[in-house]
Amino acid sequence: MEPINIEGTPKTPTVKFDKESGIMEIKGRSIPENSIEFYKPLVDWLEEYAKDPLKRTQVDVQLEYFNTSSSKCILDVFKKLEAIHKAKNEVIINWYYEEDDEDMLEAGEDYESIIRVPFKMIEIVD
Amino acid sequence: MSFNLKDYYSDLSKGDVILAYKGSITSDLINDVLEGVEKKLEEANEESKTRKKIYNVLVESMQNLFHHIEEYHEGITEDLDPKFGVLVIEKENGLYKVTTGNFVNSTKIKFLKEKIDKINSLTRDELKDMYKFILNHQKLSAKGGGGLGLVDIARKTGNKLEYAFYNYNNNYYFFNLTIRI
Repeated sequence: MEPINIEGTPKTPTVKFDKESGIMEIKGRSIPENSIEFYKPLVDWLEEYAKDPLKRTQVDVQLEYFNTSSSKCILDVFKKLEAIHKAKNEVIINWYYEEDDEDMLEAGEDYESIIRVPFKMIEIVD
Repeated sequence: MSFNLKDYYSDLSKGDVILAYKGSITSDLINDVLEGVEKKLEEANEESKTRKKIYNVLVESMQNLFHHIEEYHEGITEDLDPKFGVLVIEKENGLYKVTTGNFVNSTKIKFLKEKIDKINSLTRDELKDMYKFILNHQKLSAKGGGGLGLVDIARKTGNKLEYAFYNYNNNYYFFNLTIRI
Protein backbone atom coordinates (compact mmCIF):
# COMPACT_ATOMS: atom_id res chain seq x y z
CA MET A 1 0.00 0.00 0.00
CA GLU A 2 1.24 3.45 -0.92
CA PRO A 3 1.66 5.70 2.08
CA ILE A 4 -0.30 8.96 2.31
CA ASN A 5 1.79 12.07 2.59
CA ILE A 6 -0.10 15.35 2.49
CA GLU A 7 1.40 18.69 3.37
CA GLY A 8 -0.60 20.99 5.56
CA THR A 9 -2.22 24.22 4.37
CA PRO A 10 -3.83 27.01 6.45
CA LYS A 11 -7.11 25.12 6.19
CA THR A 12 -6.10 21.46 6.03
CA PRO A 13 -3.81 19.33 8.18
CA THR A 14 -0.56 17.52 7.48
CA VAL A 15 -1.35 13.84 7.05
CA LYS A 16 0.99 10.87 7.10
CA PHE A 17 -0.42 7.37 6.90
CA ASP A 18 2.17 4.62 6.63
CA LYS A 19 1.44 0.94 6.47
CA GLU A 20 5.09 -0.01 7.06
CA SER A 21 5.20 1.52 10.53
CA GLY A 22 1.50 1.41 11.37
CA ILE A 23 1.77 5.03 12.48
CA MET A 24 -0.76 7.55 11.24
CA GLU A 25 -0.48 11.27 11.87
CA ILE A 26 -2.96 14.12 11.47
CA LYS A 27 -1.54 17.47 12.50
CA GLY A 28 -2.30 21.16 12.17
CA ARG A 29 -5.55 22.84 11.24
CA SER A 30 -8.61 21.27 9.76
CA ILE A 31 -11.08 23.98 8.84
CA PRO A 32 -12.02 23.51 5.16
CA GLU A 33 -15.53 24.62 4.14
CA ASN A 34 -16.18 21.15 2.84
CA SER A 35 -14.16 18.51 4.60
CA ILE A 36 -15.56 15.49 2.74
CA GLU A 37 -13.29 16.10 -0.23
CA PHE A 38 -10.23 16.13 2.00
CA TYR A 39 -11.09 13.20 4.25
CA LYS A 40 -12.59 10.73 1.77
CA PRO A 41 -9.20 9.47 0.52
CA LEU A 42 -8.07 9.00 4.11
CA VAL A 43 -11.14 6.98 5.02
CA ASP A 44 -10.74 4.92 1.83
CA TRP A 45 -7.08 4.28 2.63
CA LEU A 46 -7.96 3.04 6.12
CA GLU A 47 -10.65 0.80 4.73
CA GLU A 48 -8.04 -0.85 2.54
CA TYR A 49 -5.54 -0.97 5.42
CA ALA A 50 -8.19 -2.59 7.63
CA LYS A 51 -8.21 -5.67 5.38
CA ASP A 52 -4.69 -6.55 6.48
CA PRO A 53 -3.61 -4.25 9.31
CA LEU A 54 -0.45 -4.43 11.39
CA LYS A 55 -0.78 -5.96 14.83
CA ARG A 56 -0.35 -2.48 16.27
CA THR A 57 -1.67 0.77 14.81
CA GLN A 58 -0.90 4.10 16.38
CA VAL A 59 -2.74 7.26 15.44
CA ASP A 60 -1.41 10.65 16.50
CA VAL A 61 -3.93 13.47 16.26
CA GLN A 62 -2.50 16.87 17.01
CA LEU A 63 -4.91 19.54 15.85
CA GLU A 64 -4.73 23.19 16.69
CA TYR A 65 -8.18 23.89 15.27
CA PHE A 66 -10.86 21.84 13.61
CA ASN A 67 -14.28 22.93 12.43
CA THR A 68 -17.56 21.09 12.81
CA SER A 69 -17.47 19.99 9.17
CA SER A 70 -14.20 18.17 9.92
CA SER A 71 -15.47 16.77 13.19
CA LYS A 72 -17.76 14.33 11.36
CA CYS A 73 -15.04 13.25 8.98
CA ILE A 74 -12.66 12.69 11.87
CA LEU A 75 -15.33 10.50 13.42
CA ASP A 76 -15.45 8.51 10.16
CA VAL A 77 -11.68 8.03 10.38
CA PHE A 78 -12.03 6.83 13.95
CA LYS A 79 -14.83 4.43 13.00
CA LYS A 80 -12.46 2.71 10.58
CA LEU A 81 -9.97 2.39 13.42
CA GLU A 82 -12.67 0.99 15.64
CA ALA A 83 -13.28 -1.77 13.10
CA ILE A 84 -9.57 -2.63 13.08
CA HIS A 85 -9.57 -2.72 16.88
CA LYS A 86 -12.69 -4.87 16.94
CA ALA A 87 -10.92 -7.41 14.73
CA LYS A 88 -8.53 -8.01 17.65
CA ASN A 89 -5.69 -5.72 16.62
CA GLU A 90 -4.06 -3.21 18.91
CA VAL A 91 -5.07 0.36 18.10
CA ILE A 92 -4.20 3.43 20.10
CA ILE A 93 -5.28 7.00 19.44
CA ASN A 94 -3.01 9.64 20.92
CA TRP A 95 -4.99 12.87 21.20
CA TYR A 96 -2.73 15.87 21.72
CA TYR A 97 -3.94 19.18 23.12
CA GLU A 98 -2.18 22.33 24.21
CA GLU A 99 -1.82 23.06 27.89
CA ASP A 100 -4.67 25.52 28.33
CA ASP A 101 -6.90 24.22 25.54
CA GLU A 102 -9.77 22.65 27.48
CA ASP A 103 -11.99 22.76 24.40
CA MET A 104 -9.58 20.51 22.50
CA LEU A 105 -9.30 18.13 25.45
CA GLU A 106 -13.07 17.99 25.69
CA ALA A 107 -13.34 17.33 21.95
CA GLY A 108 -11.02 14.34 22.41
CA GLU A 109 -13.14 13.10 25.29
CA ASP A 110 -16.25 13.37 23.13
CA TYR A 111 -14.67 11.02 20.59
CA GLU A 112 -13.42 8.73 23.32
CA SER A 113 -16.98 8.32 24.59
CA ILE A 114 -18.31 7.46 21.12
CA ILE A 115 -15.53 5.28 19.70
CA ARG A 116 -14.48 1.98 21.25
CA VAL A 117 -10.74 2.39 20.86
CA PRO A 118 -8.28 3.25 23.66
CA PHE A 119 -7.46 6.97 23.69
CA LYS A 120 -4.54 8.63 25.37
CA MET A 121 -4.94 12.34 26.12
CA ILE A 122 -1.57 14.01 25.89
CA GLU A 123 -1.02 17.55 27.09
CA ILE A 124 1.58 19.56 25.18
CA VAL A 125 3.47 21.78 27.57
CA ASP A 126 5.52 24.62 26.11
CA MET B 1 -40.42 50.87 10.38
CA SER B 2 -39.01 48.49 7.85
CA PHE B 3 -35.48 47.18 7.96
CA ASN B 4 -32.79 49.44 6.57
CA LEU B 5 -29.51 47.74 5.75
CA LYS B 6 -27.50 50.93 5.70
CA ASP B 7 -28.63 52.03 9.16
CA TYR B 8 -28.19 48.51 10.50
CA TYR B 9 -24.60 48.36 9.31
CA SER B 10 -23.63 51.81 10.48
CA ASP B 11 -25.13 51.15 13.93
CA LEU B 12 -23.11 47.95 14.13
CA SER B 13 -19.83 49.58 13.22
CA LYS B 14 -19.94 52.23 15.92
CA GLY B 15 -18.12 50.61 18.84
CA ASP B 16 -14.54 49.44 19.29
CA VAL B 17 -14.49 47.70 15.93
CA ILE B 18 -11.81 45.18 15.04
CA LEU B 19 -13.29 44.26 11.70
CA ALA B 20 -16.40 45.24 9.80
CA TYR B 21 -17.33 43.69 6.47
CA LYS B 22 -20.33 43.57 4.21
CA GLY B 23 -20.33 41.78 0.89
CA SER B 24 -19.82 38.33 -0.63
CA ILE B 25 -18.97 35.59 1.81
CA THR B 26 -16.43 33.49 -0.09
CA SER B 27 -13.82 30.96 0.88
CA ASP B 28 -11.08 33.52 0.22
CA LEU B 29 -12.78 36.09 2.40
CA ILE B 30 -12.90 33.56 5.25
CA ASN B 31 -9.16 32.96 4.87
CA ASP B 32 -8.42 36.68 4.90
CA VAL B 33 -10.58 37.39 7.94
CA LEU B 34 -9.09 34.51 9.92
CA GLU B 35 -5.56 35.53 9.08
CA GLY B 36 -6.17 39.20 9.85
CA VAL B 37 -7.99 38.62 13.12
CA GLU B 38 -5.46 36.07 14.29
CA LYS B 39 -2.72 38.64 13.81
CA LYS B 40 -4.65 41.37 15.61
CA LEU B 41 -5.40 39.16 18.59
CA GLU B 42 -1.76 38.22 18.87
CA GLU B 43 -0.74 41.85 18.72
CA ALA B 44 -3.29 42.63 21.42
CA ASN B 45 -1.60 39.94 23.58
CA GLU B 46 -4.90 38.21 24.12
CA GLU B 47 -4.43 34.94 26.00
CA SER B 48 -4.28 31.90 23.78
CA LYS B 49 -7.42 30.35 25.27
CA THR B 50 -9.51 33.39 24.29
CA ARG B 51 -7.81 33.64 20.89
CA LYS B 52 -8.71 30.05 20.13
CA LYS B 53 -12.33 30.49 21.16
CA ILE B 54 -12.67 33.59 18.97
CA TYR B 55 -11.01 31.81 16.07
CA ASN B 56 -13.35 28.85 16.39
CA VAL B 57 -16.43 31.07 16.61
CA LEU B 58 -15.30 32.95 13.52
CA VAL B 59 -14.74 29.75 11.56
CA GLU B 60 -18.15 28.36 12.46
CA SER B 61 -20.12 31.57 12.05
CA MET B 62 -18.54 32.47 8.71
CA GLN B 63 -18.86 28.94 7.39
CA ASN B 64 -22.51 28.92 8.47
CA LEU B 65 -22.96 32.01 6.30
CA PHE B 66 -20.95 30.43 3.51
CA HIS B 67 -23.09 27.28 3.50
CA HIS B 68 -26.50 28.87 3.98
CA ILE B 69 -26.59 32.22 2.24
CA GLU B 70 -28.46 32.21 -1.02
CA GLU B 71 -26.55 33.38 -4.07
CA TYR B 72 -29.22 35.87 -5.14
CA HIS B 73 -32.16 37.33 -3.32
CA GLU B 74 -35.31 37.88 -5.28
CA GLY B 75 -37.17 41.11 -4.78
CA ILE B 76 -34.49 42.81 -2.70
CA THR B 77 -34.01 46.26 -4.09
CA GLU B 78 -30.61 47.04 -2.57
CA ASP B 79 -27.57 46.57 -4.71
CA LEU B 80 -26.15 43.44 -3.10
CA ASP B 81 -23.09 41.37 -3.91
CA PRO B 82 -23.86 37.69 -4.54
CA LYS B 83 -23.86 35.62 -1.34
CA PHE B 84 -24.26 38.80 0.65
CA GLY B 85 -23.50 38.76 4.35
CA VAL B 86 -22.36 41.04 7.15
CA LEU B 87 -19.64 40.34 9.70
CA VAL B 88 -18.58 42.66 12.51
CA ILE B 89 -16.10 41.88 15.25
CA GLU B 90 -15.73 44.31 18.11
CA LYS B 91 -14.77 44.55 21.70
CA GLU B 92 -17.48 45.62 24.11
CA ASN B 93 -17.30 45.76 27.91
CA GLY B 94 -14.25 43.51 27.98
CA LEU B 95 -15.87 40.83 25.82
CA TYR B 96 -15.44 40.12 22.14
CA LYS B 97 -18.62 40.39 20.15
CA VAL B 98 -19.08 38.70 16.78
CA THR B 99 -22.15 39.72 14.79
CA THR B 100 -23.28 38.14 11.56
CA GLY B 101 -26.15 39.27 9.39
CA ASN B 102 -27.78 37.78 6.34
CA PHE B 103 -31.04 37.61 4.45
CA VAL B 104 -33.03 34.49 5.18
CA ASN B 105 -36.01 33.21 3.26
CA SER B 106 -39.20 33.53 5.32
CA THR B 107 -39.84 29.81 5.02
CA LYS B 108 -36.68 29.06 7.02
CA ILE B 109 -37.31 31.40 9.94
CA LYS B 110 -39.30 28.94 12.01
CA PHE B 111 -36.69 26.19 11.81
CA LEU B 112 -33.85 28.54 12.62
CA LYS B 113 -35.66 30.19 15.51
CA GLU B 114 -36.60 26.85 17.04
CA LYS B 115 -33.06 25.57 16.67
CA ILE B 116 -31.55 28.59 18.44
CA ASP B 117 -34.20 28.62 21.18
CA LYS B 118 -33.54 24.94 21.78
CA ILE B 119 -29.78 25.52 22.02
CA ASN B 120 -30.31 28.46 24.37
CA SER B 121 -32.50 26.39 26.67
CA LEU B 122 -29.85 23.73 27.27
CA THR B 123 -27.33 23.43 30.09
CA ARG B 124 -23.65 22.85 29.39
CA ASP B 125 -23.99 19.09 29.79
CA GLU B 126 -27.10 18.96 27.63
CA LEU B 127 -25.28 20.88 24.89
CA LYS B 128 -22.48 18.35 25.04
CA ASP B 129 -25.00 15.53 24.63
CA MET B 130 -26.69 17.32 21.74
CA TYR B 131 -23.35 17.87 20.02
CA LYS B 132 -22.40 14.22 20.39
CA PHE B 133 -25.78 13.05 19.18
CA ILE B 134 -25.65 15.16 16.02
CA LEU B 135 -22.01 14.25 15.45
CA ASN B 136 -22.78 10.56 15.62
CA HIS B 137 -26.16 10.42 13.89
CA GLN B 138 -26.45 13.11 11.25
CA LYS B 139 -24.82 12.94 7.86
CA LEU B 140 -22.92 15.88 6.39
CA SER B 141 -24.78 17.74 3.67
CA ALA B 142 -23.28 17.76 0.18
CA LYS B 143 -21.87 21.20 0.95
CA GLY B 144 -20.16 19.89 4.04
CA GLY B 145 -22.44 21.46 6.61
CA GLY B 146 -23.25 19.34 9.59
CA GLY B 147 -25.83 21.21 11.64
CA LEU B 148 -23.28 21.50 14.42
CA GLY B 149 -22.00 25.05 14.02
CA LEU B 150 -24.40 26.84 16.36
CA VAL B 151 -24.22 24.08 18.97
CA ASP B 152 -20.43 24.29 18.88
CA ILE B 153 -20.48 28.07 19.24
CA ALA B 154 -22.82 27.90 22.24
CA ARG B 155 -20.69 25.21 23.83
CA LYS B 156 -17.38 26.96 23.36
CA THR B 157 -18.54 30.42 24.45
CA GLY B 158 -20.80 29.28 27.29
CA ASN B 159 -23.08 32.18 26.33
CA LYS B 160 -26.57 32.35 24.89
CA LEU B 161 -26.93 33.09 21.18
CA GLU B 162 -28.60 36.48 20.70
CA TYR B 163 -30.65 36.85 17.59
CA ALA B 164 -33.21 38.99 15.82
CA PHE B 165 -35.20 38.67 12.63
CA TYR B 166 -36.10 41.93 10.88
CA ASN B 167 -38.83 41.76 8.31
CA TYR B 168 -37.62 42.97 4.93
CA ASN B 169 -40.33 42.02 2.47
CA ASN B 170 -42.78 39.18 1.88
CA ASN B 171 -40.02 36.75 1.04
CA TYR B 172 -37.13 37.78 3.25
CA TYR B 173 -36.11 38.53 6.79
CA PHE B 174 -32.76 39.87 7.83
CA PHE B 175 -31.24 37.57 10.42
CA ASN B 176 -28.91 39.08 13.00
CA LEU B 177 -26.84 36.78 15.20
CA THR B 178 -24.70 38.11 18.05
CA ILE B 179 -22.14 35.94 19.82
CA ARG B 180 -20.22 37.06 22.90
CA ILE B 181 -16.88 35.54 23.82
